[in-house]
Amino acid sequence: MESKAVVSLTNGKKAFGANEVLKDISLTVNAGDVLAIIGPSGGGKSTLLRCMALLETLDSGDLSYGDLVVCANNGEGRAVYGGKDVIAQAKTRFGLVFQNFNLFPHYTVLQNVTDALICVQKMPKDEALARGRELLARMGLADKESMVPCDLSGGQQQRVAIARAMAMNPDVLFFDEPTSALDPELTREVLKVIRDLAAEHMTMVIVTHEMGFARDVADHLIFMDGGVIVEQGSAHEVINNPQHDRTRAFLSNYDRD
Amino acid sequence: MEFSVMMGILMEGFALTAEIFVITLVGSLPLGVVVALARMSKFKPLAWLAQLYISILRGTPLMLQLMAIMFGPYYLFGLSMGSDWKFWACAIGFILNYAAYFAEIYRSGIQSIPRGQYEAAEVLGYTKAQTFMKIVLPQVIKRILPAMGNEIITLVKDTSLAFVLGIAEMFSAAKALAAREVSMIPYAIAALIYWVFCLLIEFILNRVEKRLDYYHD
Repeated sequence: MESKAVVSLTNGKKAFGANEVLKDISLTVNAGDVLAIIGPSGGGKSTLLRCMALLETLDSGDLSYGDLVVCANNGEGRAVYGGKDVIAQAKTRFGLVFQNFNLFPHYTVLQNVTDALICVQKMPKDEALARGRELLARMGLADKESMVPCDLSGGQQQRVAIARAMAMNPDVLFFDEPTSALDPELTREVLKVIRDLAAEHMTMVIVTHEMGFARDVADHLIFMDGGVIVEQGSAHEVINNPQHDRTRAFLSNYDRD
Repeated sequence: MEFSVMMGILMEGFALTAEIFVITLVGSLPLGVVVALARMSKFKPLAWLAQLYISILRGTPLMLQLMAIMFGPYYLFGLSMGSDWKFWACAIGFILNYAAYFAEIYRSGIQSIPRGQYEAAEVLGYTKAQTFMKIVLPQVIKRILPAMGNEIITLVKDTSLAFVLGIAEMFSAAKALAAREVSMIPYAIAALIYWVFCLLIEFILNRVEKRLDYYHD
């Protein structure tokens, strides 16, 4: 299979005031790849994902989605972002699933999945509803479409959020600690959905603290700490046989089940 | 004077009271959103201007504001306004004043919406306007309804301030009747009518609150 970069970041840097959160991060995700990002809190994982999802702006670096250049360094090494059209187009290339779901509480489950299709992508309403129902069925939520998020369990809410992100037909799905707000049972239920997506070769970038899951599902894994990529490689290799002391110390906090 | 005649005069006044009430809401509910957004603007001069506006309109008596608008055009510019002016001066005064209070209530509601709602909308590609109208405002309305109810009920009774402009709303009518009849009865009836009107509004607000009860955050 031809592998093609869906998203690539080169020399990404980001600081909040004097606090350098990302120091020269480069990564490439090819079509069909699953990339897991692990590491301690405050290590820059979420900021990295948020920069790629355009919720934060990079101070420096090049970011592209396929052939679409979102930002590139100018002569002084500062990231210059594309115009409104570029940003709007980039947003159709990825979807983001949040730790806290961030569903729209006043919308039904089906509206949550279809509203952006209708009012952002201007898809005809019946087409959008059909697509929404199909996705909800895939997430095992076919019977929940007219409920509101507050009547669902956390796991169900997160699956709605995944359906909402999938509805936009993105090239890549980003997950920011998708199970950190869930108990172990609900975590399993959400991870199963993500495993199914991986089996269908959905391109994904997953920030997670679930090491067993990362090892089994991800092709590639990045361990981040202190704003740098400390170690990366095949997920199995890094988790089963970490090379750096820092990675080893971090992983020793987990049972390698 | 027969009771029915007295009631007729009071009800005529009440029609004006209700008119001021409705016009004030129609004007100030949307204007309040605009002021609230200006108050939260990242463009500082606009935010300061909105803050000054709110401060002045909340910090001076509504009665004085009504008089300033009524007589301002003549004393400042020598303009003589038509006979309709006092009603419109009253409407403008009420709208500007209530918009200031509503703006602060909207602001409290808007600021209570979690950051994640904006981020989710942003990632999905909603424009700023769509995010506000479709995602934020509907949730804000549910959250601020009790506080808005308070202000709306207060407005019912504040309409009586229109009497300073010589507008024959219900309070002015009651005052005139009381003077002519040398009796407190007209005031008592007016009080009863205000209260019944407020009961009606409470009923409507409760219905709206129930309708928005289909979800909680």
